[in-house]
Amino acid sequence: MAKQLKTLEEVTIRFAGDSGDGMQLTGTQFTNTVAALGADLSTLPDYPAEIRAPAGTQYGVSGFQIKFGSVDIHTPGDQCDVLVAMNPAALVTNLKLLREGGMVIVNEDAFNDKNLKLAHLTSNPLEDGSLAKFQVNRVAINTLTAHVLEDMNLTTRMVDKTKNFFALGLMYWMYNRPIDQSVRFIKEKFGSKDADLVEANIRVLKAGYNFGDTTEVFTTRYDVKPAQLSPGRYRNIMGNVATALGLVAAARKANLQLFLGSYPITPASDILHELSKYKEYGVKTFQAEDEIAAICSAIGASYAGALAATTTSGPGLALKTEAMGLAVILELPLVIVDVQRGGPSTGLPTKTEQADLLQAVVGRNGEAPICVIAASTPADCFSTAYEAARLAVKFMTPVICLTDGYLGNGAEPWRIPQVSELQEIPVTFAKDPKTFQPYGRDEKTHARPWAIPGTPGLEHRIGGLEKANITGDISYDPDNHDFMIRERARKIDGIANDIPEQTVEGDPQGDLLVLGWGSTYGAIKSAVTEARGRGLSVSHAHLRYLHPFPRNLGAVLSRYKHVLIPEINNGQLIKLIRSQYLVPALGFNVIKGLPLRAEEIENRIDEILGGNNG
Amino acid sequence: MADTTLTTAAKLTIKDFQSDQDVRWCPGCGDYSILAQVQRVFPEFPHKKEDFVAVSGIGCSSRFPYYMDIYGLHGIHGRAMAIASGVKMTNPKLDVWVATGDGDGLSIGGNHMIHMLRRNMNIKVLLFNNQIYGLTKGQYSPTSQMGQITKSTPMGVIDPPFIPVSLALGAGATMVARAMDRDPKHLQDMVRRAEYHHGSAFVEIYQNCNVFNDGAFSLFTEKDTRDDHVVYLEHGKPLVFGKSGEKGIRLNGFTPEVVNIKEGSHSVNDLLVHNEQDSTLAFILANMIHNPDLPRPMGVFMALTRPTYEEMMQEQIARAKSKRGEGDLQKLLDGDETWVIQ
Repeated sequence: MAKQLKTLEEVTIRFAGDSGDGMQLTGTQFTNTVAALGADLSTLPDYPAEIRAPAGTQYGVSGFQIKFGSVDIHTPGDQCDVLVAMNPAALVTNLKLLREGGMVIVNEDAFNDKNLKLAHLTSNPLEDGSLAKFQVNRVAINTLTAHVLEDMNLTTRMVDKTKNFFALGLMYWMYNRPIDQSVRFIKEKFGSKDADLVEANIRVLKAGYNFGDTTEVFTTRYDVKPAQLSPGRYRNIMGNVATALGLVAAARKANLQLFLGSYPITPASDILHELSKYKEYGVKTFQAEDEIAAICSAIGASYAGALAATTTSGPGLALKTEAMGLAVILELPLVIVDVQRGGPSTGLPTKTEQADLLQAVVGRNGEAPICVIAASTPADCFSTAYEAARLAVKFMTPVICLTDGYLGNGAEPWRIPQVSELQEIPVTFAKDPKTFQPYGRDEKTHARPWAIPGTPGLEHRIGGLEKANITGDISYDPDNHDFMIRERARKIDGIANDIPEQTVEGDPQGDLLVLGWGSTYGAIKSAVTEARGRGLSVSHAHLRYLHPFPRNLGAVLSRYKHVLIPEINNGQLIKLIRSQYLVPALGFNVIKGLPLRAEEIENRIDEILGGNNG
Repeated sequence: MADTTLTTAAKLTIKDFQSDQDVRWCPGCGDYSILAQVQRVFPEFPHKKEDFVAVSGIGCSSRFPYYMDIYGLHGIHGRAMAIASGVKMTNPKLDVWVATGDGDGLSIGGNHMIHMLRRNMNIKVLLFNNQIYGLTKGQYSPTSQMGQITKSTPMGVIDPPFIPVSLALGAGATMVARAMDRDPKHLQDMVRRAEYHHGSAFVEIYQNCNVFNDGAFSLFTEKDTRDDHVVYLEHGKPLVFGKSGEKGIRLNGFTPEVVNIKEGSHSVNDLLVHNEQDSTLAFILANMIHNPDLPRPMGVFMALTRPTYEEMMQEQIARAKSKRGEGDLQKLLDGDETWVIQ
């Protein structure tokens, strides 16, 4: 029977299964293939903190959502069009994310009594009518997989491990994507270890693809054309990888050695993993004994002349607090990356949140101002990490670069920059003993000189005790302390003169400005675009620079009747904006460990503007 | 500020290592001697002056870098090891020294201490042990003795002390030594041994705090008692001590005991001969502290050669470069799978 081919502008697919089912791998593979064909996309890995929670249970469910399209894609989608559920627990925990009328593809073999019980279901959703609002496609994935592998003499466990590739193959068929990229991947990943595994996975992948082609169940396949992205060379990139690349690129442009002191913590560890691979770039990675040692080693590295960074998540940032204060008083460059996650305490380690903003901006003992910037999309993690490094060495200061779990693990197409187009990062070490003063300052930037051990004639001492202006000697003088506190603040405030003015998407004035920061970019952009499409007077400004704020921010805010600040926290940027600009900003806060949904932001916009009449 | 007229070709002297800062330790503090011995031997070492770095944490001992006219970083409490590690990894040519104390290095910084030592970074640690918190004015430290009355233990300390030497050995340090502020020549020797050791060197220095814990080590430092209570360890030599060298240490199984070698019952041939390369022996010597009848060993307990962390780090980078070539940034940014939009 000939199958129909329908073209879609965009589609959202969610893969869900046990933590051990390889859903993250399946999603990543699908993403890479979709990306390579030029669609715009956004992904959301959504997995539990447990590595392998008991199979079949609801808390063991791991999900991966991808939205891709020929149009601009800003978010991984509020709701999905297709849900691939490998077992009952995956189905019931994810069903609420499927739009009405959407498609469910279930592995019907997994809907046995045991799994229904593990998922705490009293009846089988495939039979009890609870899926009436959806198009349900039942595929016996276990049976079909076992069938294509039956002559291979594999253990049941090995057969079971390949079944995610059946689902992947089927989705490739359904969305008219080739399987080549995944075949290459399988060969590379398992090739050196086990020829049987390569054979089995490829067979199952093809079986899934062919199943779509031959079965009567599916009558339609879908096509998504390439997106009209701006011209250039693209790759698909995850936020944590982009952060790592940003640091390597900055070190190269600054002609400095890159040193990373880090301690494993979800969801930041991938930056450490990534940088530890780049040894031929001279990158030195040090897995320290704890978060404190991680930042302190980076401070030592910075003192010795490296571009030094430390990467962590919220609880780790808390542990680094005292050392950040040391970096402030030493006035040494340092990049601190915080891939935020749900808190407080251990909180929701694998879920996203924006609740470290105040910790980053003000969370230290004493007056310890630090420059804070934030990435807004996975690919933007590159530019933001790069910018953090540039500011750190230019102003001789620690810079906190905020990303979050959603950005770190999420992916999108990235227009790869040419090395030559990256902003220069000039670095000059102090050399001249005649003019050197440890705490003398550059007239323009107020930065002190960077004088590294090994430089003849510049032997000097720095430390955490208050520094005398110019000489850097220990000083308990009251006037000097007052002066130095203001001087350190002046230096950080002065960064506002070095960074771009705040831009606005939409009209330069109007009824409502939606002000965001960080990973809410896509959701706010989608919401504002929709609302503007309905004629509402609403614009979007998204902050990269959180301390100091862009120099024109006050003026921007004053041009709108209302300011709305959506955040995945209980109201943090709003406190800073209200206190600094005395603007009666309104908040929108959803703190569920998930990205904000465009729809709920749009509803809030309507609420403020009173519906369609603005 | 540095003495800017110095040229690196000139022979360095003690003056080159004295900073212009007033030393602010209490008069009579053992720290003065440690500073003096370090300043005395540093000029001998095969480094340019600008290649010396001193790193410290917080405490009386940690003021040390301010008084040395070399590169110095006075860090935060307990973290000197981590800061020093970053300095060393970034520039392995530097001669990195850490000045720390029993509180800074063994309490708040205990974790960093053991991990730096096990990694065998080529960093030299001088641990000023005065068995008390000095800078916070007299609370007990992790080396204070059981029962010791301090500001925070009016009825006596109830937690057993660390033996710093045992701790360092247990952490996997490759060189472990003990010295005393009141024995300057020997202390100089131990600083030299640390300098010339290839790898992390841990030197515990008994240091008298004459304000909060005066006389803690007088048994080992005072003229009338020291000969009977100190035994100096020398590689390849028997453990002999006493006013006229009449006593020695013999191993009875794994247990050291004191024997007299002048009365005829035992001779020098019965005595334990020190071997710095024997890590088992090092633990036995470190544990002599538990038996009050035994003298306190001073000197190098153990010195082994292992590759240092920063060497292995450099080696991996060199290997990656020879295998994959010097990294090309554009190639890294491009990644494996790209597509072009016209």
